[in-house]
Amino acid sequence: MKVLIAKAGLDGHERGALVVAMGLRDAGMEVVYTGIRNTPEQIVAAAIQEDVDAIGLSSLSGGHMAQFSRVMELLKKNKFKPLVFAGGIIPDEDVKKLKKLGIREVFGPGSSITSIVEFLKKNV
Amino acid sequence: MTEQPGKFPFTRGIHATMYRGRLWTMRQYAGFGDARETNKRYRYLLDHGQTGLSMAFDLPTQIGYDSDDAMALGEVGRVGVAISSLADMEQVFSGIPLDKVSTSMTINATASILLALYLAVAEKQGVPWSKVSGTVQNDILKEYIARGTYIFPPHPSLRLIADIVEFCAKEVPGWNTISVGGYHMREAGCTAAQEIAFTLADGITYVQTCVERGLNVDDFAPRLAFFFNCHTNFFEEVAKFRAARRLWAGIMRDRFGAKNERSMMLRFHTQTAGSSLTAQQPDNNVVRTTLEALAAVLGGTQSLHTNSKDEAIALPTEESVLLALRTQQIIAHESGVTAEPDPLGGSHYVEAQTDRLEREAREYLSKIDNMGGMLKAIENGYVYKEIYRSAYEHQKAVEKKEKIIVGVNEFVSGKQLKLKTQQIDPKLEPRRRKELRALRKKRGNVQKHLATLKKAAGSSDNLTPVIIDCVRHYVTVGEICKLLRQEFGEYRANHSI
Repeated sequence: MKVLIAKAGLDGHERGALVVAMGLRDAGMEVVYTGIRNTPEQIVAAAIQEDVDAIGLSSLSGGHMAQFSRVMELLKKNKFKPLVFAGGIIPDEDVKKLKKLGIREVFGPGSSITSIVEFLKKNV
Repeated sequence: MTEQPGKFPFTRGIHATMYRGRLWTMRQYAGFGDARETNKRYRYLLDHGQTGLSMAFDLPTQIGYDSDDAMALGEVGRVGVAISSLADMEQVFSGIPLDKVSTSMTINATASILLALYLAVAEKQGVPWSKVSGTVQNDILKEYIARGTYIFPPHPSLRLIADIVEFCAKEVPGWNTISVGGYHMREAGCTAAQEIAFTLADGITYVQTCVERGLNVDDFAPRLAFFFNCHTNFFEEVAKFRAARRLWAGIMRDRFGAKNERSMMLRFHTQTAGSSLTAQQPDNNVVRTTLEALAAVLGGTQSLHTNSKDEAIALPTEESVLLALRTQQIIAHESGVTAEPDPLGGSHYVEAQTDRLEREAREYLSKIDNMGGMLKAIENGYVYKEIYRSAYEHQKAVEKKEKIIVGVNEFVSGKQLKLKTQQIDPKLEPRRRKELRALRKKRGNVQKHLATLKKAAGSSDNLTPVIIDCVRHYVTVGEICKLLRQEFGEYRANHSI
């Protein structure tokens, strides 16, 4: 399984994204990490180029609605259909909206790597 | 005990009387939405007994984009206040006389522009620069490592920093020119020993840069300050502050030949650990913050921010910020811990922890020296990898329950409490775009100011006064940064797992 872990927008908090990336790698997955400060366009281009099975989007700055919906829109436009999941500081009411956009799961603060690994194994 | 409070190497505190003489400054980090809302929050905090302001900027402001830039999409006013021009800064400090408050600004890549804006507001209020006091974080190195709001490559960035140091030494003597931060590296996952070492290594690089420019160390070093985290491991944190003070005093005296004791004193601001807060059972965060704040006070902090219980989830509400401020006030006025400087000094355990952290930090510092200094250690990815290795180890320990986090991996109650969280007005971004359009129309042509800046950027002139002149004429943060990006280039971190 190949997973892209991506940071959208200007947010520089990468501890969560990196720890998840390291955890997925140690669980035997192939992981590509984008680093910080990517536009939705860059994220989708990287996902297509790497032909990933899943994309994990991370945001802790509150810009997730604008940025994640744009990622979903671009994926649709490019007819590329990886499983998309998200993590970071995302309020409950936004979780509902993101799921409607097709983001399969949102892992908030305190989530374990184990639960993310299990989720991906079951759903990809 | 041979070490004494107020005496070199200041392990036991920088003042002989500590809080008997003067309490720490209570400084809650705040700022969100637009200038109007932030002004309201600041007045609220000052009205409730806060003694200094601490300004949070949104990411576009920190990374040099105006609110109407395409790069600002979704980020305007989110993690701090949006400041694009002098008009915004005037609004933030409306009714707050700048000779009556001290203001700390968490700003790095764009520090010289925000300092310029602050000084321009002082001018407009009729307050002379000699009467303003405050701090700019102005610490770019930890941005490359952990916090991420860098713009330019290291060398022009260090020049901008030294420009501020040099300018303020002459023109704004009450200004703290760099707040060298370990806070964010600790949030990113490093250990207490790494926090000390990496912070001091950054500090060494700044002092070295200014000395190489020809500044006398005692002319600027007394205005350097530090910014640490305070985590939950109580005694280790108290010891951390003691070890950091001892180490810095030695470095300044022996490595840089400082003569003035004030150059050797490590003064610091503390913020309790955001990363220790949990989204689960958020009321528990009040208890965590209290313990951390107490450790910071017993460790001799000069100023303190206590986190609010809802900060693992969102920006704090007015109500939870007030509770966080009250936590400090209770420690200050009810607990009695302020009666004695360094009350834990002499405790076998705390002294042993202090020595251990000093030793471990020294080992990191000499490893960094052997690599050719902190800039090299950052560029070759060493510091970054050390921090994220520690973060990953921590996560594994939590998942194996070798570390217990109450409410997260143990004592988990079925019910998840819901918090009321601060909301950002969705109409803010379109409103900001409109305001900026109007401003650009009204202010007239600014090309000649930008041309002067371009010329200065290409020379070795100090850029601070030139930037002040730009902002006086309502040149925006984004316009100044766009030009400097063209002149200096942009840094791109090459972080990988």
